[in-house]
Amino acid sequence: MTTKPAPSRLDPEPIPRRDFLGLSAILASGAALLFALLGLLRLPKAAVLPSVSKKFKVSLPESLAPGQAYVPPGRSVAVFRDDRGIHAISTVCTHLGCIVKTTAHGFECPCHGSKFAADGSVVRGPAPKPLPWLGVTVTANSITIDEETVVPAGTHKEIVT
Amino acid sequence: MSAGVTEGAREPALARFRANLLAAPRRFVETAFRSGAPATDRTRSTFVFGNVFLHLHPVRTHRWSLRWVTTFGLGIASVSAFLITLITGVMLMFYYKPYVGVAYDSIKDIHFVVPTGRFIRNIHRWAGNVMVVGVLLHMTRAFYTAAYRKPREFNWVIGMLLLVVTLGLAFTGYLLPWDQLAYWAITIGANIAQSPREVTDALGITQVFDPGGLQKLLLLGSDTVGAEALIRFFLLHVMILPLAIAALLGVHFWRVRKDGGLTRPADADARTATSERVVPVFTEAPQRTYHLAAIVRGKTPAVGRGPEGTVPSMPHLLYAELAVFMLTVFLCVTLALFLDAPLKELANPAVPENPAKAPWYFLGLQELVAFSAFMGGIGVPSIVILGLGLIPYLDRETEGTGEWFGGPGGARLVAWSAVFGLATVIGLEAFVISFGWLREWWPDVPQLLITAINPGTVLTAMYAAYSIAIVKRYDSIRAGALALFTCFLAGFLVLTIVGTHFRGPNWDFYWSPAHWPTH
Repeated sequence: MTTKPAPSRLDPEPIPRRDFLGLSAILASGAALLFALLGLLRLPKAAVLPSVSKKFKVSLPESLAPGQAYVPPGRSVAVFRDDRGIHAISTVCTHLGCIVKTTAHGFECPCHGSKFAADGSVVRGPAPKPLPWLGVTVTANSITIDEETVVPAGTHKEIVT
Repeated sequence: MSAGVTEGAREPALARFRANLLAAPRRFVETAFRSGAPATDRTRSTFVFGNVFLHLHPVRTHRWSLRWVTTFGLGIASVSAFLITLITGVMLMFYYKPYVGVAYDSIKDIHFVVPTGRFIRNIHRWAGNVMVVGVLLHMTRAFYTAAYRKPREFNWVIGMLLLVVTLGLAFTGYLLPWDQLAYWAITIGANIAQSPREVTDALGITQVFDPGGLQKLLLLGSDTVGAEALIRFFLLHVMILPLAIAALLGVHFWRVRKDGGLTRPADADARTATSERVVPVFTEAPQRTYHLAAIVRGKTPAVGRGPEGTVPSMPHLLYAELAVFMLTVFLCVTLALFLDAPLKELANPAVPENPAKAPWYFLGLQELVAFSAFMGGIGVPSIVILGLGLIPYLDRETEGTGEWFGGPGGARLVAWSAVFGLATVIGLEAFVISFGWLREWWPDVPQLLITAINPGTVLTAMYAAYSIAIVKRYDSIRAGALALFTCFLAGFLVLTIVGTHFRGPNWDFYWSPAHWPTH
């Protein structure tokens, strides 16, 4: 009884040509289909994002007390005015995107119970990050808030009179 | 040369025409069913395998599979509910418009104006619920009877995928009315898809590697929830997911047949043998033999109860399936008559409901994401799905196959595991509700630590540790699987109940909704 010598790297078993061609065909087809699929997936990834402008002007009511939040209609931003100036804090919860309520002590999220202090920092709940402070531009007759610009917490803009 | 003219004995063509016309209805039925009425054993067989809609069924079915307690008909009930949603869903598409400005109004039209619209929508909604419950219970049945074992491992995995797609269909479905529930559920769902950022942000690599952002972008088609998101969820609900579930169902059924029908114990033949009612199953001399039955000449002892303790699928299996289907229809229609499908106020992007609750089957998950978005929404569910999917490849034992709670430990182990599972999850919930978690104790604790160690992951780890201890104690992997699955059910149940009943405004704990503050 003869035993076949174990194939070694120096003396590999030859691959039959038929197997080689078949394998190549399968791999080539697989690669082609994979790339076609990846190409198809480019379609649902929108290149232009339809959304409203994130920059808007606000006028604060005269009666706005220090520490009291003013939420412009249709926006998810809370604007505050006190001795140090004006600042704006996003009211989009950093946990899962619900809109937080402004309360006397800060902010509360109705969806999963996150609570934030008046400066936006997380007090309790699952929110991973503090509420961001947003960029405010103050000129003589207008206040502009840019929801896309995040500024360090504690940045107040002096009121120009 | 025309053939008929010269033959003297034949009737005139007009008379034959009349006779053929009169016979046409009878012949139409004969040709449709090919084998005639399923009156004899042989025609019953051809009735099943000669029909494209029935041929997924075996020609004969084992008595064990037909016992009520073997399956409780849960798989058929699930697919019945799916068929009901399919039909009612197509009906709803006559009127539903997937556009932000009109979606809500079209649902109101369906509810208040369209003839039977409210009833059809109610049936659709409750059939969807019945399907979720049916699939979960079907999985529970398959697990406790060890039906996932060789050669059915792959079909168990297909079943896991079917569970995921079923939940996907339910989720995408309740988004379409564009009411408050819909809007905030899309927002939360899209942000769960984005929640890998919880980890990438903590590691500071979101700029270069942001799978979360990509997932959210693909789901919403925009950076905010709006028209693009609604049309995508509509597409998922009425096209992509139904096609996926149809394909998976085809594989699932095919594999049930190819894997040898339903699981049964090795001694199922003896245990289902009936002596009192021996009916000769072959009541006519067969004209030809077919491979199933070398016993057709009636010379073997198998005659009387059929080969291998089986009975003809027509009528036994098909009538049982029809009964389950009719029960499911009855259940859905009854629910639809007495309970209206919910519809909240029109979506308001400025104010979420308080509390904003998902439908009941996601409230366990909502409880988990209230600990950590990434772990609750993606991490723990993935671990659970992966763990359940691995069970058939880890448990290669044979003891107790086909028996309820079969395996070392049996019903006793399941009962103790239920006690452990319930005690652990209730204890952990009570602890968190009373004392809070890391952030309430140390406000500056790093987010990564909370992501890694939160009540959801602690619960998962405790269940895993308990199951491994059981594997060791009983020296059996099946015992560990019984423990793990029972714990999973206990956790799911308790978290769902807590989310449904004990969470109020701001997701705070209340003993009862009656205690919620009025404002």
